[in-house]
Order: sequence, then C-alpha cells, then structure tokens
Amino acid sequence: MVGLAAAFGSGAMTNSLPEFAESKALFVIGSNTTEAHPIAAKWIYRGKMNGAKLIVADPRSIQLAEMADIAVHHRLGTDVALINGLMHIILKEGWHDQDYVAQRCEGFEELAAKLEEYPPDRVAEITGLSVEALRRIAELYANNKPAAIIYAMGITQHTTGVDNVKSLANLAMLTGNVGVLGGGVNPLRGQNNVQGACDMGGLPNVFSGYQPVADEAANQKFSQAWGKDLPQKPGLTITDMFPAIEEGKIKALYVVGENPMLSDPDLRHIEEALKKLDLLIVQDIFLSQTAKLAHLVLPGTSFAEKDGTFTNTERRVLMVRKAIEPIGQSRPDWQIITDLAARLGYPMEYSSAEDIFQEIRQLTPSYAGMTYARLAPSGLQWPCPTEDHPGTMYLHKDRFTRGKGLFTPIDYKPPAEVVDPDYPLWLTTGRTFVHFHTGTMTRVSPSLHHEQETAYMEINPTDAREMGIKDGERVRVSSRRGEIQIKAKVSRKVDRGIVFIPFHFAEAAANVLTNPAYDPTAKIPEFKVCAVKVEKLAAQAA
Amino acid sequence: MDFRTVYTTCAYCGCGCGILLEVLDGEVIGTLPVKTHPVSQGSLCIKGWNIHEFVVSERRLTEPLLKKNGRLEPVSWDEALDAAASRLKRVVAEHGPDAVAILASAKVTNEENFLLSKFARAVIGTNNIDHCARL
Repeated sequence: MVGLAAAFGSGAMTNSLPEFAESKALFVIGSNTTEAHPIAAKWIYRGKMNGAKLIVADPRSIQLAEMADIAVHHRLGTDVALINGLMHIILKEGWHDQDYVAQRCEGFEELAAKLEEYPPDRVAEITGLSVEALRRIAELYANNKPAAIIYAMGITQHTTGVDNVKSLANLAMLTGNVGVLGGGVNPLRGQNNVQGACDMGGLPNVFSGYQPVADEAANQKFSQAWGKDLPQKPGLTITDMFPAIEEGKIKALYVVGENPMLSDPDLRHIEEALKKLDLLIVQDIFLSQTAKLAHLVLPGTSFAEKDGTFTNTERRVLMVRKAIEPIGQSRPDWQIITDLAARLGYPMEYSSAEDIFQEIRQLTPSYAGMTYARLAPSGLQWPCPTEDHPGTMYLHKDRFTRGKGLFTPIDYKPPAEVVDPDYPLWLTTGRTFVHFHTGTMTRVSPSLHHEQETAYMEINPTDAREMGIKDGERVRVSSRRGEIQIKAKVSRKVDRGIVFIPFHFAEAAANVLTNPAYDPTAKIPEFKVCAVKVEKLAAQAA
Repeated sequence: MDFRTVYTTCAYCGCGCGILLEVLDGEVIGTLPVKTHPVSQGSLCIKGWNIHEFVVSERRLTEPLLKKNGRLEPVSWDEALDAAASRLKRVVAEHGPDAVAILASAKVTNEENFLLSKFARAVIGTNNIDHCARL
C-alpha cells in the first residue's frame, strides 16, 4: 500500500465498509466484490438502494456490472490512462473541489499540467472506451458527493500498481473526497489478516505501527524493549528473496502459513529456488505444495484452536477465540515461535496471546488504547491511541496523516508484456466466489469443493468458435514461462481477446503462466496481465 | 453433551465478519452469523457459512515432519524444534543473519505476526521478513 502512503501518509483503507451505505457515488475498479468480498458487496448494494450512483470498471462483466449506472471494460493495464482522462474532464468542466484542493493538498499545478496530456480522444484510444462513457463516469463520480473509490488486486497486481493507486488518490483528492464520511480510497484486502501482518511489522522496512527500522529513535525504542541491538538496514521483500536464494545469499527460509508454490508468479523458478535452500522450514496447517519441499514441517493450528486478534480491511481489530483444542499434536503458532526462540537462546516469556497483545500496545501507538476487554463486543478501528479513544472510522479528517495530501503527476505505461502474433490473447487471473487464495482451506471443505471442483478458463464465445473450442473441452494454455491444460468455459463474462483463469487450483496453476515482472516500488507481480496462446489438445484435434 | 457457541472472526477474506462456531463435545460442527457484528450484521458468504469444514479436515497436519533420506517422516516436537534451531544456528554462524529470511502470514494472528517480526529482528538479527500482501 505504498501508493496511498505516499499520497496521504497512511497506506490503509481510508474509510469503513458500512460507510458505503451512505455514499452518493461508488466507483468500483479492479474489484470483483461480490465474489471476492461478498459482505463488502452487501454494503455496496445498500448504498445503491439508498440512491448512490454505481460505476464499475473491470475487464470482465462482473456481477456488480448488472446493477451499475455505468459499467465499462477498459483494456487490461490502462487504469492510469483512464483515471487521468477522468481528471482531465473534471478539471475542464470545473467539477473539482477548488477550496479543498487549495487548503488541504499540494502539487496541484504539476498534476494539472500532466493532465493536459490526457484529453478524452487520446484516453479513448488507449482504454478502448468511448468519449461519452468517459464523460459519464467523470460526471457521476465528481458530482455525487461523498463518492467512495473501491478497489482490490485488479488495481495493485500490475507493474504499474503503485501508479494506479496514486492515480486513484489523485482523483479522490481532486474532488474533495478524502477525509469525509462515505468517501475515500478503499482497498479491499484479499486475506483476512493482511492488514494485521503489515501493522505488526511483517515487512522488511518497518516495526509494528509502520515505525521504520532505519529510524534512529524507533530502532532504539525496539532495541531497548527487546534487549538487543536491532539491524537498521531494511531487509528483502518477498519478490527479492527468491533471486537472493538463487544467488546463494539466502540459505534458510522459515515460512509460516504461506504457500509461495502456488501464489507466486512463475512457479517453476520458485520451485528451483526453494530446492536450493540449505534449510526450508514450513509451518502450516496443511501439507501445502511448499511444505512438500520442506526439510522440516511444523504443524500450527487453525484460527479455531487459539486466541488472538485479526485486523480487517477497514483497520478494525477483532477477537479470535479458541473454540476447540488443537488437532492432533498441532500447536498454536505463537507457541511454536516462542519454543524456537528459546532454543536459539532468546527466551520469550508469554503466558497467553493477551500477554503478547500487551507488548504490542506498549510499542505500537495506533494500537495503544486497545485491550482484549475493549475489543470483545465489536472490535476497534485504529488509530486508537488511548483507552478512552473510540477508534477511528475514517482517516484524514481535517488533516492528512502526512499533513497535506500530495498530488503526483503520473504517466501511463503499458503492461510489461503485451500480446503479439505468438501469444495473441490477454490472460488475467483472479478469484471465484467459492475458493480462497491457494485453495488449501476451501478445497478440503466438502461443501465448497462440491460447488467448484476444479480449474477452468473463461473464453469469449466468438473466440471459442473461431478456435473450434467447445464448452467443457480441455485445452492447452501457454505463455513464455510455461503451459497448463485446463477446461474451457465459454462465457460472455470476458471480451474477445481475453481469457480468465482463477488461481486457486494447483493442478492447473495460473501462476505457471503469469509474469513475474513487478512494480518497481511495491514489488507486486503483474498477475493481472500477460500474453498467452490457447490451443486445442493434439489428441482431440487428430 | 456439552454444546456451546464461540464468538470469533472469520479467517477467509479481509471483511472480518463475525461468526459463531458451534462446538459439540469439543468438536466444531457448524458456523452461524452474528447479528450484532458491525460489518457482517447477520450475513455470511458461502465460504463463511462453511468455514468449520476445513478445521476438521482429515488432511490437517497433526505432527511435526522431518525430511530423512528424502522423505518427510513424523518426529516428536523436541526432535523437530532441536533440528530447526541447530540448523538455523549453523546458517547464521556460517553465513550471517541476513542468510535467513522469514515469511510472515496474512493467515495467522496479529500476536503471531508480531512475534515473527521479533523473531526475525531480535532472535536472528535480520530484517528479511515479508509476507504475501503483495501477492
């Protein structure tokens, strides 16, 4: 969430899910909300019922599009051009919030100059949308306040992911929609505790509460609390770890509850790297594809067997409570970590998860006012600095975390890989309503497995007819990185020239095909765009 | 017969819906929505309604496994943790703390992620810690 941090000073979702019910416009871009975040979608429906205008921009005909005031399919990877084009129109029409921009933001002149380069006819050419559609979106978004922007991985999983997010931040600030109830820029987090993992310092450059490891005062504070001089140089991101393993710089990897063997791009490279390690420790609840390669597998417990907290996408810290004893000999992950630390000569003395939370509060100002007792009924949203603070429903009211909101002029750049005669189709990946991430949890659930047993590839009826592919037929899909076989699902959800594959399924893993090219700042791989070819299987063709 | 419901938080997507796990004689047998929860207000999606199913899956790992002669074999916790500690020590001794990397998780609790950050930085002495938010 580097993009939002640069613009506002905080990388989290600015507003809260229930606020969508009070928005007057909802701009959903790069989020298939009804499938990936169904309960967030419920709040979008409520907003719509209360009269909000709904704008949907997505390369596929997602369910939300059916009830939208306007729904468009812009070309894959053209988000920056689209958003610049909308801002161009808003400025020309004088629909921007001049007082807000003057008082609360900086960098407007530079942005305005850049937007001159994005007149509607040029943007129409890049995005494939009509000038009328661009005008309609700009008008609906700018003239119905408060307006909320809602996005997910469809915005971030690009080589231009940070640019895309900064562009959305520009759009929201230009129209005075940040720091107001029902507005904001709202990333929907894909996994239950992504927000918490970030908040707690599961990142190479910060301690908990985003206190930089390289900051003298922060480093000293944690060094003192933990009784050890802590390293000041930021570490490697996940996307830099794998090359470092291949170069022999990283010898040992300790993986907790992750399955890079299915979630990372270009899986062949990942597997080669993991096999090169002197030591791979995997702590998980299932024998994942990654765990199968490990030297050592440690059985952690599921959320049902331990106490603790998760932080949801809207910064709400929520209680997790132990319902049953650990299955077999599995142990709560926090106990495994403390056992391991003790054997390495660093005893950690905690008698419960709540004990650990006390230390989190002491070292993390945004969590300082939270206690398990206060969290019990319905959680609290950070920042919550003191025990009498009610928590924070939306950020940046009256003042941005960084002071003034920063506009950044952004240029459109095409995706890292584009279609050509050898690989003539665009591939985009995503989720389905039944399964979750790499499927380790949902695919062992009988009810969910029954709904969707295996992988498929959506292809447009016209493309399918021209290639002689029938619904349900197995086909070969290949990219410059690998190939898979998969069942074709002929569907109008995708336009001509595009195919879609959900990434949950190991037996036909979309990430064998995807491009590891990543955003230079956020290091997020470009899962949402690459070039592929689709062929009938030889046996069937003959 | 001991039946109770436990108020907790769904572990799938980032919405953080409230759920009640139904527990009968120490086993999770069902999931119910929570009417008073600020986000879910009595709703759940298909994944949430069925979240108890993966908890009791037969495929859950139930004991530590150590690779011996190319195969993962069940071992005691003591043997597993001793092996993990001694091998980590060796890597740090021979190649320095930055030869170790840690992947924290969007699936475990805040408390556990906090400890992993502490483990990387204070126990091993490296900032090589990240997780899959990027993915």
